[in-house]
Amino acid sequence: MPDNRDDGQRTRVFTRRAFIKGAGAAAAITSFIGGPTPPSAGVTRAQSSPTPASGAAERLGPDAATIVLTVNGKSRKIAVEPRVTLAEALRDHLGLHGTKLVCDRGACGACTVHLDGNPVVACMMLAADARGHEIVTIEGLGAPDRMHPVQSAFVEADALQCGFCTPGMVMSVAALLSRNPAPDMGEVKRAVAGNICRCGTYPHVFKAALAAAAKMRGVKPPGERA
Amino acid sequence: MARNVTVRLGFEGNISDVRLVIPDDEPTPWQWGEPLAVVGREMARVDGALKATGTAPYTYDVELPGMLYGAILRSPYPHARVRSVDLSAARRLRGVRAAIERGEAVVRFAGQEVAAVAAVSPAIANDALALIKVDYEPLPFVIDMEDAQKPSAPRVFAGRANIGAPAVFEAGNVRDGFERAAAIHQAVYTTPVQTHVSLETHGAVARWEGDQLTVWCSTQGIFTVRDDLAVLFNLPPDKVHVITAFLGGGFGSKFGAGPEVVIAAQLARAAGAPVKLMLPRAAEHVATGNRPNSWQQVKLGAGRDGQLVAIELLERGSGGIGGGAGSAGPYRTLYRCANIRTEERDIYTNAGPSSPMRAPGWPQGCFALELAMDELARKLKLDRLELRRRNNANPVRALEFELGAKVFNWHEKSRAPKALGHRRRGIGVAAAAWHGLGSAGPQAQAIAYRDGRVVIQIGTQDIGTGTRSILAMVAAEELGVPLRQVSAEIGDTRYLFSVPSGGSSTAPSNTPAVRQAAAHLKDKLLRIAAPMLGADPASLEARDGTIRVRGQPSRAVSFADVCRSIPADSLCAQGERPPNYAGFRTDQAGCQFAEVEVDVETGAVAVLNVTAVHDAGRIINPLTARSQVNGGVIMGIGFALFEERRLDPISGVMVNPTMDDYKLAGPLDTPEITALFVEVANGVTNTGVLGLGEAVHVATAAAIACAVYDAIGVPVRSLPITPDKVLAAVGKV
Repeated sequence: MPDNRDDGQRTRVFTRRAFIKGAGAAAAITSFIGGPTPPSAGVTRAQSSPTPASGAAERLGPDAATIVLTVNGKSRKIAVEPRVTLAEALRDHLGLHGTKLVCDRGACGACTVHLDGNPVVACMMLAADARGHEIVTIEGLGAPDRMHPVQSAFVEADALQCGFCTPGMVMSVAALLSRNPAPDMGEVKRAVAGNICRCGTYPHVFKAALAAAAKMRGVKPPGERA
Repeated sequence: MARNVTVRLGFEGNISDVRLVIPDDEPTPWQWGEPLAVVGREMARVDGALKATGTAPYTYDVELPGMLYGAILRSPYPHARVRSVDLSAARRLRGVRAAIERGEAVVRFAGQEVAAVAAVSPAIANDALALIKVDYEPLPFVIDMEDAQKPSAPRVFAGRANIGAPAVFEAGNVRDGFERAAAIHQAVYTTPVQTHVSLETHGAVARWEGDQLTVWCSTQGIFTVRDDLAVLFNLPPDKVHVITAFLGGGFGSKFGAGPEVVIAAQLARAAGAPVKLMLPRAAEHVATGNRPNSWQQVKLGAGRDGQLVAIELLERGSGGIGGGAGSAGPYRTLYRCANIRTEERDIYTNAGPSSPMRAPGWPQGCFALELAMDELARKLKLDRLELRRRNNANPVRALEFELGAKVFNWHEKSRAPKALGHRRRGIGVAAAAWHGLGSAGPQAQAIAYRDGRVVIQIGTQDIGTGTRSILAMVAAEELGVPLRQVSAEIGDTRYLFSVPSGGSSTAPSNTPAVRQAAAHLKDKLLRIAAPMLGADPASLEARDGTIRVRGQPSRAVSFADVCRSIPADSLCAQGERPPNYAGFRTDQAGCQFAEVEVDVETGAVAVLNVTAVHDAGRIINPLTARSQVNGGVIMGIGFALFEERRLDPISGVMVNPTMDDYKLAGPLDTPEITALFVEVANGVTNTGVLGLGEAVHVATAAAIACAVYDAIGVPVRSLPITPDKVLAAVGKV
């Protein structure tokens, strides 16, 4: 098990700075995804194989180029300009509208998806750099008739108000629980520290995360009413 | 026709019989102790699964065949004459389908709309903006509220003073009051411009089919948007169809058809294709509204016993090129005082226009008044809670103070040591008020189908409070069926009219219309059931999924069986929302307690816990009600500690139009929040529901500021209470 203390929040912070410094250059973004902190498994792969296995340096653009992304277990072929971010590709090219784009600079966590199991903010990654990785979006986690335990815990605890931050919150919590099945309150708060909710839903998010963790471990959720 | 009813109204320890005159076809208002089966229980919101799975369709998610993407070019200057706009190069760019001028001769804030394009992708639309050539003649500008009041200041509007007319309220005579005062406190308090930061930005998707305009819009008022567009495009209202299935926040900033909505429709018409135009984050901060700042000179006078003898407020506030900056509400409401004078003036500056924001004016006024009360209490050597109790104007709040102090442990915490190394603990309390009574206007339709389903349709919208759920719960209650059998359809101007969702009006305006519609539907169902039971319809009741003879539960027929006997496919009834009744009380009291920890080495303030005590009339769903309390408190923490729109004095441009430089309270800033509701059977409507959204936000920043004062012994009279202000207050910088 890799060192997983570094959750999506830290990834976001460093990618955002890279975006400002690197003016959107793909190389800068990928090199910063790991940041100066110990990279987690998915991030390492992102750094070592930013392009397909052809070996030669690859040039994309400026016009749309066809790329293949693995999203929610399926191979999806899309034609995108190299400047298109993963968030834009998911929404505008793949019709996966669950991922929300809110700040477009890695500051709010609304576009959080899983990249090889790790939470990343999809607005800070170019679609082309997501090739070769397993991407899971909120739609891949569950659907209304077969919700992931984190999703049903959000509904039961009313961990959503306007709902716009909810997909990102759910993805952050699901990523936390997949690497730490028994988080304490502090770990829950840190895992969603980069997810901003203007409706102020956080207390119920914390409650939902702890309830989902308990349910997934098969124990009675903390403070559950009779 | 009207009828008289006598109902039990009031709150714990204060119940009385009240006679109300209500319309003939109106169900009797729910009264104190009314036994209800669905209403008042914690229910997961009915559309929660759609939100948790990302399948709830927001305006932002609408995609139509052949849809184009719109983008807006904004003025870089805070004040300029627009000499010419050249769209030709933008129009020639591959993928651009329309380009239009806004047509304003003068722009008055940096970020004002100048031109717009529609293109086949968002990226190309943005590329096209860079090709628009605008010849501006920059004009002198003023962004600082103090500067704007000087005679030499540039005029924001030609031929009009930057200082608006005073709005004065006067009761008694404050001069006499102050002459009799044993203690007087006077100081100036300021609050910053706050922006709404709805996560879903403003915007719309517009589609023309001939002269029929359909607009999916991120709005709190679908009918307002419809009527605005009908006027602007010279169409009868029925030619404009507005849809808001889900709304990603509004907080008061999304009422009418703003420039971006109008531009989307103009571009769609010019391009002959649907256009989606959702604002980028920076534009959302700059151009879609804000809570005006305030400068409040507060003067309070009290007798030796703490009784207030005079309250005086001199207020200035700037909503940029907009108005509505007043903050006097709390001064006139929270405390009993014979002599009150408030004077408010709007100051115009070259900055983005204000719009209503969560209890407009009240958090600002409450902060200044309540911190001033604490400073007065110190002069009087009185406990701050005691000072408030002695002047409290509302019996419900008296109970709330008592309850809150107990749960918060006010008295123990008052005695606890303040200093722990370089950390200082402090507590504060502030009173809140609002008037979430709602209004007449909404009309609802209730439909029963032969398969036993019930559908409620009403043209309201859900800003995130769980509107569908509470409407369905009210209908389920009235019809005596489980919640799962009822669904509520909202967010479409093809349904019957409802009012905009703002000012805590959604629940109190819509639930009575829905209850009346459900009651009328029930009457029709009882008439179908009567022959099945061999009984008179007037002797029947709908309960527990059955229709039965009152007092004889065994003489029953199931609700489903009655529905199966509906002669046509469906049975439909309507209801409307009458004007408010006199009821028990028409005001809405609350109070909040906060505990903070201040690090006097770094100046950082952490809110440790908040106890919020509120009157929401009858709570329909305690679970979603608590969510609203959490939200009001957390937004209040942002206002108290973090949020401030900053404009660059040289360029007049907002320097923090992002979500990292404009800081909102996040998960790590979240305290322990305890929500307590004092149930009040107010009889103002047939449901007695009060809106909660504003009331729960009014007092938070005030309670935090008071707690910081308690912690460090020095008042920080300027929001946000940032580390530099704390360090300055304790003499560290």
